[in-house]
Amino acid sequence: MPRFCYYARAETTGNEHVNLDFSDEQKLLGDQVNKMLSDSDSVTAARRLVEGSETGYDTEIWRQMQELGLTGCAIETQYGGLGLGDLELCVISEAIGRHIAPTPFFFSICMAARAIQLFGAEEQKRTHLPGLASGERIATMAIAETPGAVSQKRIRTRFGGGVLNGRKIGVCDGMSADFALVMAQDEGGSVGLYLAELGDTQRSPQKSLDPSRPVACIEFSDTPAEPLGSAGWDDIQHIRDRAAVLCAFEQVGGAEACLEMARNYALERKAFGRQIASYQALKHRMADIYILNTLARSNAYYAAWALSTDAQVLPSAAATALLSATEAFDFAAAENIQIHGGMGFTWEFDCHLYYRRSRALGVILGGTGSWQRKLISALRAQNSTAVA
Amino acid sequence: MDFNDTQQEAEFRVEARSWLEGNKPERSAADERIGGEESYLRAAKAWQKRKYEAGWACLHWPKEYGGRGASPMERIIWGQEEGKYAALSGPFAIGQGMCGPTLMGYAIEEHKQKYLPPMASGEHIWCQLFSEPGAGSDVAGLSTRAVKDGDEWVINGQKIWTSGAQFSDYGILLTRTDPDVPKHKGLTMFWIDMHDDAVEVRPIKQASGASGFNEVYFTDLRVHDSQRLGAPGQGWEVALTTLMNERLAVGDAPGPDFNEIFDLVCDLPDENDNPLVEDGRVIEHLARWYCQKSGLKYTKYRTISALSQGKTPGPENSITKIVSAAKLQQISRFAIDALGISGTIRDEFEGNEDNPALPFIDGFMGAPGLRIAGGTDEILRNIIAERVLGLPQEVRVDKDKPFSQL
Ligand SMILES: Cc1cc2nc3c(=O)[nH]c(=O)nc-3n(C[C@H](O)[C@H](O)[C@H](O)COP(=O)(O)OP(=O)(O)OC[C@H]3O[C@@H](n4cnc5c(N)ncnc54)[C@H](O)[C@@H]3O)c2cc1C
Repeated sequence: MPRFCYYARAETTGNEHVNLDFSDEQKLLGDQVNKMLSDSDSVTAARRLVEGSETGYDTEIWRQMQELGLTGCAIETQYGGLGLGDLELCVISEAIGRHIAPTPFFFSICMAARAIQLFGAEEQKRTHLPGLASGERIATMAIAETPGAVSQKRIRTRFGGGVLNGRKIGVCDGMSADFALVMAQDEGGSVGLYLAELGDTQRSPQKSLDPSRPVACIEFSDTPAEPLGSAGWDDIQHIRDRAAVLCAFEQVGGAEACLEMARNYALERKAFGRQIASYQALKHRMADIYILNTLARSNAYYAAWALSTDAQVLPSAAATALLSATEAFDFAAAENIQIHGGMGFTWEFDCHLYYRRSRALGVILGGTGSWQRKLISALRAQNSTAVA
Repeated sequence: MDFNDTQQEAEFRVEARSWLEGNKPERSAADERIGGEESYLRAAKAWQKRKYEAGWACLHWPKEYGGRGASPMERIIWGQEEGKYAALSGPFAIGQGMCGPTLMGYAIEEHKQKYLPPMASGEHIWCQLFSEPGAGSDVAGLSTRAVKDGDEWVINGQKIWTSGAQFSDYGILLTRTDPDVPKHKGLTMFWIDMHDDAVEVRPIKQASGASGFNEVYFTDLRVHDSQRLGAPGQGWEVALTTLMNERLAVGDAPGPDFNEIFDLVCDLPDENDNPLVEDGRVIEHLARWYCQKSGLKYTKYRTISALSQGKTPGPENSITKIVSAAKLQQISRFAIDALGISGTIRDEFEGNEDNPALPFIDGFMGAPGLRIAGGTDEILRNIIAERVLGLPQEVRVDKDKPFSQL
């Protein structure tokens, strides 16, 4: 839209400041990860997990992520990382989402490592962060126990006398992780996070809607554990808010991949003597995907800013980003199948891999309803002028 | 990623706020409207003039044309601070948002100097004369004729849906000057004096009951060639400038948004005397509107970020009107529903208490027009599909035929 630029640029004078964009270095990092994942055919790797010919995660992709320094990028240098920050995690997450990369990056790096960085005691950081930074060790979060939303009251796993007892379900990367941060109640009834090695626990894989993000059930019985610093319920919520922003970036990446797939297929496929992309019903559907994707991306960028500056608005910004991205990815993944017709419903086409991933990402940090309630209470807590 | 006011911006905000504090209008736009169109216009002009004299009109325009030469960010800050008083600038939106940039791009220098400052000050109101009974979405199919006669052009024909024509002093007018070439190629743009005797304005009553738009007839209207905007035959390109700016200027739909519906449901009880805002269904809607509102806001910020770095912004702003007009319609409908029967009552309340239903009723009745004006929802989706996503163009049976043979 050259005219628009002319006009808008004519108004550009003086000191421009607002910068809701990633730096050139961060974009370059994103490009690099995208290229690596596309060169290693990450979508096919995800398929191998879905088909059961591989389990856990893709070790070759993980090795390359280690080599590129991605695993340690947001961990401080004294613990073996590169000392970069949250914004780098955002661009990496977007690339992972775009290629539905089967790696433990989200829980190990974006959540567990972050939790240890934020709330761990010095000794715990020194013990655990270097292994996570190098990617040699993998951590996860063990939260859910029953169907439905997670509440303080419904956490039955107990910590006492230095050991954990209880049963966790749907633990992502639960079979591959070396250790976990486990949500449990102490003897006084308060909920916290506990660090536990998983080697001696009873673990069994669970079948998942999205096997490219494998989950397991873990039985803790007198499993040795230690509290993660003094992290309590509010701290756990903070970790969840932070992770929500990165999850939103994965979803934005996935939704955009779906739009590209749909577009390319619609340009190729003919019906009634025309490209199906020339039918307005499909054009408008794709315009609607574009609209939701754009809203989601903008909300994710704002949340990225809130994350990287630890802004007070992080809870509402993170919830907004996650909700917006969940809606966008759900819609894009479903309509991508529709636009592919029968082909889209075959096992061979990749559409279902994204469809599976879209729904799985929509719940890994809790479902839409709970985030909606969280958003509205956060806004009620702020006064109505701050809402604007 | 960086998001706080710089010191310079913070100072600008303080300056804007303190000026507004000392100079703000006495009554709201809604209150002024109660007195009828004339008194509303008088108040709007007075407010615009006051802003202009203090350097707060058309902030982004160059100073020599009556603006302030402000940065995009300053313009945003001003918008945030001006807040609800901006509703008093409604009558000037088309002129300043669309006609102004078109003049800046295509008028002769003398006319820019003469007409842009009074446009900025609100002394002159401008309108946009594009749509015709036979040409709306397909505006390039219009048939108002302009024929060259020496130094002048003679114009005959009819426009329709012209917002504000009844109180406009000038307008930009899209005409057909060459019917023997394909429709997009034979158009020419002019600016005209709406007070000319050869221009007749007939108000049309809108669905909302107001008379915001008009039919406009031209009978042998004579316009000097110097009032031509762009070359003969270049009218479509010039019109696209206007329309592009229209989509930018139309921007967010005016009317109640998230904050208003949020405040309403925080106050209203349900049949069990619980606040509505605690109802799951209400929360679900609120959350979606908030995501839309916030998504639009930061989409705009992304555009500004690109501009401020000297980069070409992406096409992301093209979503604004589709999203905000639909949001306005949903929010208004929802609010009326939440208020129950009192949601339909338009009476002014006695004393200081405002009738909470009023803005939502206005939003409900205005939203259908917003989904049509400035490109319908469907046309805007076509534009996204074709220009942004690169999907095939609509079948255009008439594209290459001379207009006279259609
Ligand atoms: C409140 C208001 C203010 C306005 N102000 C002005 C003004 O100041 N100046 C001015 O010049 N005009 C103005 N307009 C006119 C406006 O630009 C036109 O109404 C609009 O472009 C649609 O044209 P139309 O009314 O002829 O509808 P039509 O073009 O006849 O459209 C009817 C329906 O067909 C659909 N349609 C048409 N073409 C296509 C297509 N290719 N694909 C899919 N669907 C299609 C439309 O989306 C719509 O749903 C105003 C309109 C309104 C409602």
